[in-house]
Amino acid sequence: MEAIKFSYTVPGDDFTRAGEASADLKNKLKKMGITGAPVRNISISLYEGEINLAIHAGGGEITALVYPDKVEMYLDDNGPGIADVNLALKEGYSTATEEVRGLGFGAGMGLPNMKKYADEFYIESEVGKGTHIKMVVNL
Amino acid sequence: MTVKELQKLLNLKCLSEGEDRTLEGGFCGDLLSWVMGYGEYGQAWFTIMGNINAIAVAALHDIGCVVICQNSQINEDALSKAKEEGIWVFTTELSVFEAAGKYYQAIK
Repeated sequence: MEAIKFSYTVPGDDFTRAGEASADLKNKLKKMGITGAPVRNISISLYEGEINLAIHAGGGEITALVYPDKVEMYLDDNGPGIADVNLALKEGYSTATEEVRGLGFGAGMGLPNMKKYADEFYIESEVGKGTHIKMVVNL
Repeated sequence: MTVKELQKLLNLKCLSEGEDRTLEGGFCGDLLSWVMGYGEYGQAWFTIMGNINAIAVAALHDIGCVVICQNSQINEDALSKAKEEGIWVFTTELSVFEAAGKYYQAIK
């Protein structure tokens, strides 16, 4: 069955707007009759992704594909990339600035939370080129 | 305990209303990713973080209510977002420790 596709552009360094994509997707899913834990898992993992795009990557693109049994989310950026992905996936490891920490981010939980709330999580990153993430949440 | 019962218990000042609902325990914290990682659906969230990102977290995580402690301020854009999303937001002069402590005593 063909998926329903939603696309979003996340601006860089605008933390007040980060969250619009996850909020919009949450509302769209709700209107499609999808509620409960899967929607929360989608919302949180995507929000963390949006924040990462805004904080670290200078913005990026999000594509969400809604299937009857799952939602696939793709986050693509052309940012600086992650030198050590395994380290970045460790809880508590963060390269966020003091300004970002002052807003309540930078606890080193972004990627770990994305991995935790998604049923499937894939990440590819190359320094100087960018980062590509795929997350799947089963409905 | 419901949100309105918590409001009465702690004499909280209501800034934004939602639907009354049963709370599922509580969580204390200001680091948003920590709240997303370890907080849970339906909890009363005791914090001093009153920015728009905190409200986004409360909405996406379906937090039961946000209790902004120690008279910490909530930004105007955050408050309008909370009203738009129907998220309960309270303020209190109580510290996070006192507010959560009283709530814990009442539900334990």
